[in-house]
Amino acid sequence: MTTAAAPHAAPHAGHAPMGFWRKYIFSTDHKIIGIQFLFVSLFFLLVGGFLAMQIRWQLGFPGRPMPGGGILPETMAPGGVILPEYYIQLVTMHGTFMVFFAIMPLLVGVFANFLIPLKLGAHDMAFPRINMWSFWTAFLAGMIMLAGFFVPDGAARAGWTSYAPLSARPDLSGASYGQMLWCISLVCLGLSSILGSLNYITTVINNRAPGMTWFRMPLSVWALFITAILGLLALPVLSGAAIMLLFDQTIGTHFFDPAAGGQALLWQHLFWFFGHPEVYILILPAMGMVSDIIANGSRKPIFGYHSMVFAIVGIAFLGWMVWGHHMFVSGMNPTLGSTFMVSTLIIAVPSAIKVFNWMGTMWRGNLHFHVPMLNAVGFVAMFVIGGLSGIYMAATPLDMFIHDTYFIVAHIHYVLFGGSLFALFGAITYWYPKMFGRVMSERWGKIHFWLTLLFYNCTFFPMHIYGMGGAMRRIYDPTQYDFLRPYQPLNQFITISAFLLFATQLIFFVNFWWSLFKGKKAEQNPWHDNGLEWTLPSPAPHGNWERVPTVYRGPYEFSSPEVAEDYLPQTRKLPTDREPVLAPVAGA
Amino acid sequence: MTHAAVAASAMRPPFPAERGVDVYNKKLGMWVFLGSEVMFFTALIGSYVILRFGAPGPWALPGKVLNIPVTAFNTFLLICSSVSMVKAYAAIANGDQKWLKIWFGLTILCGAGFVAVQAYEYTHLIHHGFLPSGYRDGSELAELAAANPVMYGQAVAGLYGSTFFTMTGFHGFHVTCGVISMLYLYVTRVLPGKYTKDDHAGVEVVGLYWHFVDLVWIILFTIVYLI
Repeated sequence: MTTAAAPHAAPHAGHAPMGFWRKYIFSTDHKIIGIQFLFVSLFFLLVGGFLAMQIRWQLGFPGRPMPGGGILPETMAPGGVILPEYYIQLVTMHGTFMVFFAIMPLLVGVFANFLIPLKLGAHDMAFPRINMWSFWTAFLAGMIMLAGFFVPDGAARAGWTSYAPLSARPDLSGASYGQMLWCISLVCLGLSSILGSLNYITTVINNRAPGMTWFRMPLSVWALFITAILGLLALPVLSGAAIMLLFDQTIGTHFFDPAAGGQALLWQHLFWFFGHPEVYILILPAMGMVSDIIANGSRKPIFGYHSMVFAIVGIAFLGWMVWGHHMFVSGMNPTLGSTFMVSTLIIAVPSAIKVFNWMGTMWRGNLHFHVPMLNAVGFVAMFVIGGLSGIYMAATPLDMFIHDTYFIVAHIHYVLFGGSLFALFGAITYWYPKMFGRVMSERWGKIHFWLTLLFYNCTFFPMHIYGMGGAMRRIYDPTQYDFLRPYQPLNQFITISAFLLFATQLIFFVNFWWSLFKGKKAEQNPWHDNGLEWTLPSPAPHGNWERVPTVYRGPYEFSSPEVAEDYLPQTRKLPTDREPVLAPVAGA
Repeated sequence: MTHAAVAASAMRPPFPAERGVDVYNKKLGMWVFLGSEVMFFTALIGSYVILRFGAPGPWALPGKVLNIPVTAFNTFLLICSSVSMVKAYAAIANGDQKWLKIWFGLTILCGAGFVAVQAYEYTHLIHHGFLPSGYRDGSELAELAAANPVMYGQAVAGLYGSTFFTMTGFHGFHVTCGVISMLYLYVTRVLPGKYTKDDHAGVEVVGLYWHFVDLVWIILFTIVYLI
């Protein structure tokens, strides 16, 4: 217990105090960088939410002036009525912001940065300065993407998947600058992710504390490590594709223009070769953090730790050979389609292993339903629904029918909102004390969780029915189609639920900001957890540890018969524990 | 003492054998980064292969548009720079400052020479009418292609230009980045004699990058110029 013994250690003892700019803006401290990512990506989450509300207004009440829509310029919504050109920008940018600038940085930017060094017992990332660059490149990418709304012709209009040749030819999409900014922004984001990933990978491999063996790492770190490998190898493919698309738009190349011999399908292959690993980048960290939270909330060791690790690795590995299931109706060879179908269905196996292990962890546990635990259980439940609808669309014959309908929209929101975002609400609440030294309000956290669960399901579950009824995604006005008219009351129900869901998120935002200044002071270990980060004061000091801690066991020793408390920190040395074997350090 | 220095000195003490691979952070980081670079060039080269095999007409024959002898010389230059990089590393591994300066300087010269020859090649090609969008109307190449549509791959000139300039351009960009970083290291570390027999991580790490860039060029030269 050497490390826990010095909670009073002055965080800035050994070095000169830094100015505001070095400490909070151009910081190389992984915790500050994580918090920077948190604020920026919560901002983009809000932006994406605003765009979604406008989409929902148009679908529920097409042609009616949007309340407050009068402030939008004539080119977007004259008199508050959303134009088709603006609607397609809304759909495109909602998807782009949510995937690339909200969920991905929230999961990876925030928690990989914040948790990896803290949970492994490192002073900082392997390359702190590269880490800083990674944040500022991502910030730049976000600003470039946001600038799309302010250039002539508005933002990108080709959907978040930017299918060619629509995206490649300004004369088809009607937005030249917006499409270019979309490409430039994603190239920057790709660079940021690569810099981040190489940092996370190096840190996990090389900077673990003594005794922190591979199979003593928390599952959150395992998941973030595997996610970093996916990001490292997938993002450069997106960057390459986005550069080719940008060249098609600007210097007259013909990669994706069939009129000049190029191949539109090439874009789809490149995009989804990146895009499917990206799907797991967006869910694996959530799974890892949920595993940590569920073990804590159940006061039991995680059920099947090794199988959890191998399931993460298995999902990541299989994730590379399934991209074709996004393209069943693209005219791809049907025989190839069936191999993609089989490989996709196999992913259900490791996913199911994880779900059963979470249930096995909770089974006969001493359940503590604190806010992170509620959100984690909500994650498991919603992920099951999203996972099962995923099996529907993995089957080629069924996918032919539901492709590009609201069924797909329902599925992606069940895994991204119901999955990743619930996990994020849990994770933010869980690690908030370690980030800011205060605890978020328990009562408002619970109110937020239950209202979100209710309105979330009211919003997205009916989309399954709407999609099965044949509603195509990205249509501007559903009342134009006779066969969709009977569904319009359902559509209005979805829209009203979506507004309530959005309003509920304001509870979270207010709780977040209020707790930052007025929240209860956090103890060192408010959740009675075993991880290394809880041996530090809240908030964790600059440089983390005076002396690197020694690790004696895995992170999930809850309710151990060996100690009186129901948790057993990783750093606590019992008489039976042996010191880790020391070896000479690597050269240079 | 800065925070970084505090962290670095505290990280140095021995770690358990299970801790990681026996490779220091900068070198491991470079290997990991090169993994992402492989995927980046795979995207570009893979697209080239798919576009070329799926093209609606035959590609231009080797040597018709591109000047192979000049590029072969350039390839030789880049391979030489890889050799001199190895010699520079071997010199400092023996603690030989003088030969480190010579070999490292030669590497930079060869790298800069490669970029210069590529710039000459590009201006030459553009002058003759070879552009990313294909053969420029009314140019020398466009006339030749009109006379010999099969030999000059007239039907797919747009794809030829797109893939050629994107692949070689991004390779050239990587070489340029390498030359700039080597020049920076040369001025700040090599010339002041800051690398020693025991501490020469910078030479090794930039060397890894340099060999990677060289390897990519050998692949590109083969598939773009020779076949």
